[in-house]
Amino acid sequence: MPFIYLLSDEQMNFIDYYKILGLDKKATTSDIKKAYRKQARKYHPDLNPNDADAKQNFQQINEANEVLSDPEKRKKYDKYGNDWQHAEHFENAKQYQEQSSNSSGQRYSGRQSDGGFSDFFESMFGGSAGAGRGGQVKFRGEDFNAELHLNLLDAFETHKQTLTVNGKNIRITIPAGIENGQTIKITGHGGQGINGGPNGDLYITFSIANHPGIKRLGNDLYTHVDLELYSAVLGGEITLDTLSGKVKLKVKPETQNGSKVKLKGKGFPVYKKEGQFGDLYITYTVKIPTQLTEKQKSLFTELSKS
Amino acid sequence: MKVTQIEDLIAVNDFCVNHNIEISFVNLLQQNGLIEIRIIESKGFVEKEQLPQLEKYVRFYYDLDINLEGIETISYLLQRIENQQNELIALKNRLRLYEG
Repeated sequence: MPFIYLLSDEQMNFIDYYKILGLDKKATTSDIKKAYRKQARKYHPDLNPNDADAKQNFQQINEANEVLSDPEKRKKYDKYGNDWQHAEHFENAKQYQEQSSNSSGQRYSGRQSDGGFSDFFESMFGGSAGAGRGGQVKFRGEDFNAELHLNLLDAFETHKQTLTVNGKNIRITIPAGIENGQTIKITGHGGQGINGGPNGDLYITFSIANHPGIKRLGNDLYTHVDLELYSAVLGGEITLDTLSGKVKLKVKPETQNGSKVKLKGKGFPVYKKEGQFGDLYITYTVKIPTQLTEKQKSLFTELSKS
Repeated sequence: MKVTQIEDLIAVNDFCVNHNIEISFVNLLQQNGLIEIRIIESKGFVEKEQLPQLEKYVRFYYDLDINLEGIETISYLLQRIENQQNELIALKNRLRLYEG
């Protein structure tokens, strides 16, 4: 009696594993091994860090090798590969017939279902895969890369922050003094390992925006301060807003426009070195008074003649 | 001075048993300066933080059939890529200072 197949709307695409490995159907086990290694050397994630395309290619190569290097799977693929739905029915019927017999060749079952295999593979082979060197190869999960935006004040103090990565909440401590563009590694929070391999890591790169009026270079901070003409000429005291609070500063008499002063230890915290800070560099901009009164004008005139 | 706790060390023998590889391979990596083995009470140990690197070398050698010379070259090139990426970040930061 012929089978009646109910085809779903989502028909999975056939994958030509021979084509992926650049082989023909007559390929020997040795040919498959050689072809797999050749392709794997090109696309292996270890050799192509942060390359999503290479990773995808590698998963296909790995899947092709998983099928073609296993005589049982290859036989099934060769027979039913173009029409995997038939294979599913065939396997069901076969399983029914053989349910009293022991299953042979029990394999390592440590692999998680999300092993990077295609729907086609999962449908045809039930997602099972072996493990161990010489059989199915274990692979470390993909490393995830994320970018975290902070402002300069956030980076000034050590604080905790909760991030959501792939639906999971991760609470991390961000040490004071983290640099713009700096990457930190959170071990084991990347993609799930393949075939029982370890999880990948999560790499967080920090993007730190500049603070208005303050620039950071390494651990040092740079800012401009407007100085009244009278303070610049006669000297005085000013109060300055810094990232760590207000600072009182003495201005020397006859301070020139554009002159610089260094406030030691008033810069940015040094990363992971508690109590150590960079310096704060101030450049003075002397403001010339405007809207002078008649009296002020005459005094300036008198000064200019002295 | 860096202080390594004993729990941060992995016995080379355990590593080899776990990965089903020969101990001579790990010794070869050490002889070529690719990893560092510490000897404590005549047993070989590697630091935990070297583990990802060591596992990578194992994959190169056993899964990809890359010989030791190849591993050395690849490691050198990967390190160069990483250094250049770090340099790029530092230069972008300096540029931002003048653009901002």
